[in-house]
Amino acid sequence: MYNTGQSAVKKTGFQLLPPAETVFRGFLYGAAVCMILLLVGIFLTLLVYSFPSIREFGLRFLYGKTWDPVTEEFGTLPILIGTIITSFLSLAISIPFSLSLSIYLGEYSTKGTVASLLQGAIELLAGIPSIIYGFWGLFILVPIVRSIETALGVPPLGVGIFASSLVLSIMIIPYSASLGREVIRLVPDELKEAAYSLGATRFEVIRKIILPYVISGITAGNLLSLGRAIGETMAVTMVIGNANFIPTSIFAPANTMASVIANEFTEATGTLYVSSLIETGLLLFIVTMIINMVGKQIIKKMSVQV
Amino acid sequence: MKKFLCYLMILLLPLLAFSHYPAHAESKELLGAGATFPFPLYSKMFDTYYQAYKVKINYQAIGSGGGIQQLISKTVDFGGTDAFMNAREMQKAEVPILHIPTCLGAVVVTYNLPKKLTLKFTPDVIAAIFLGKIIRWDDPRIAAINPEIKLPAISIVVVHRSDGSGTTFIFSDYLTKVSKDWAFKVGADKSLNWPVGLGAKGNPGVAGLINQTPGAIGYVELIYTMQNNMPAGIIKNKAGNFIEPNIKSTSAAANIDMPDDTRVSLTDTDAADGYPISGFTWLIFYKEQNYGGRSKEQAEALMKLMWWVIHEGQQIAEQLKYSALPAAAVKKAETILQSVVYNNSPLLKK
Repeated sequence: MYNTGQSAVKKTGFQLLPPAETVFRGFLYGAAVCMILLLVGIFLTLLVYSFPSIREFGLRFLYGKTWDPVTEEFGTLPILIGTIITSFLSLAISIPFSLSLSIYLGEYSTKGTVASLLQGAIELLAGIPSIIYGFWGLFILVPIVRSIETALGVPPLGVGIFASSLVLSIMIIPYSASLGREVIRLVPDELKEAAYSLGATRFEVIRKIILPYVISGITAGNLLSLGRAIGETMAVTMVIGNANFIPTSIFAPANTMASVIANEFTEATGTLYVSSLIETGLLLFIVTMIINMVGKQIIKKMSVQV
Repeated sequence: MKKFLCYLMILLLPLLAFSHYPAHAESKELLGAGATFPFPLYSKMFDTYYQAYKVKINYQAIGSGGGIQQLISKTVDFGGTDAFMNAREMQKAEVPILHIPTCLGAVVVTYNLPKKLTLKFTPDVIAAIFLGKIIRWDDPRIAAINPEIKLPAISIVVVHRSDGSGTTFIFSDYLTKVSKDWAFKVGADKSLNWPVGLGAKGNPGVAGLINQTPGAIGYVELIYTMQNNMPAGIIKNKAGNFIEPNIKSTSAAANIDMPDDTRVSLTDTDAADGYPISGFTWLIFYKEQNYGGRSKEQAEALMKLMWWVIHEGQQIAEQLKYSALPAAAVKKAETILQSVVYNNSPLLKK
């Protein structure tokens, strides 16, 4: 249908149109190819530069527990675990809030002052530089966490996995909330109206109609947020305690891969040290990729059910 | 249209200002990069120098490692570093590189205790605390050297730098010299495999974490404790004297018999009144200044600047609470500067 229209135009003698069409399509292809080339390029760069470390440590890089720049012994198990725990914990903390926000903005209050104020606030939160979150976390949030820890009877360090997950969750809420709101607004009115006409309450409409319809979109939004949480550097490094030990509880200090790279890269000397930091980057890349692929599968399963 | 022209004028104005600028400044601009610790001092020094001699100096505080890299790749006129270049790094440069000290820095042990107490420390006790062997403030080993003070019965929380830094290097270099245990288990570098404690980013991060964690102990640069009114531990030096860290005792640490190239670690100094966790910070440059198409004027401008830094510049150091070079170190630096050549002929007169 589309194609016949195009050839009809061609025949009527608009000579300029087909080249413009081609140029535009070429541009789109180009952008897409560039994107893939960039991704492959980054992956290859990381791979090549981490070669000395891969040759030296092999798989020990993954299960080694020591990160020692002095003796040049590098293992990433503690920081790998730290990364995964902080990012998933922050996602768990953020979901109730981001989901409520997106339902409120997508369904209850779509227009008006409150909605635009709230929307503005969310966008502003997303725009705050992460170092600001870090400092705010260190000077405001950490003392609060410390008093919670004192009340619970765990060592009152303040900094640690819990504090950094809290900061991270605040940082990722804007992303999942904005995406959630968009997909909730996309729910066809016919569906909702049909449910209302059958006597469903608002809560029932949300629970039985809207949520099943948008669940894959919401999951995708949360996945994007998780990616951000895994790669976040500055804010985490300020409040996590930067201790390269396998964490024993969610209040224990730990470290993440992104934070180690950011902390040590500037002053790292020696081929093996630099190469190990780059391999950590490669590992981060692969972890993000795996989580994304698993996420895609989950979304696919969910979409089929709807 | 009028508005558009107006904008255009505003846009073009800076271009106008720059248009006659390169010809004027070409040979009178020096480029440096390196250590962050002396950066506030260098910016003040270089600004004062610019006011007096109209030579513009652009110093990028990218870290000591970066400073060395940039000098080796010959993208700067001089580098700055808190740790002198080791033999391997010197070899990488292929041609001789010279160091001159510009000022001294000290690393201070600071802590957060309920009352404002000035504690004394011995090298053994510091090493034991940072190794996680002393875990409470009321440990008899701390009490033994502070008999007049009632120590609180709380746990010690060790705070260290999480980012690679010259501060960590000086501190661990000191501990490596004074404690066999530390030398064996941890060693000295800009980043370490810390046996205990929390890591925080930069001096502000460490100071912030110590200030809000009861029982915390950590190390920061001397200037930082002076500016923020933090307690500073008094440390027993090699001669057996308990030395309070300040500008004078830091300068005094350099009153030793030092090698002619000034590449010396001052930690655990022999000087009787010297603070034991002190160190030089250096500017580094090539001995043969004719490289990469540099003009003789450029080389001369650099040498004049260096000469000024170790003489007139030292007054600025004291104003900014950096420790100035003692006379002996200035003398050594003078000799080094006099050895700098352009096409094998000395740039400075003896």
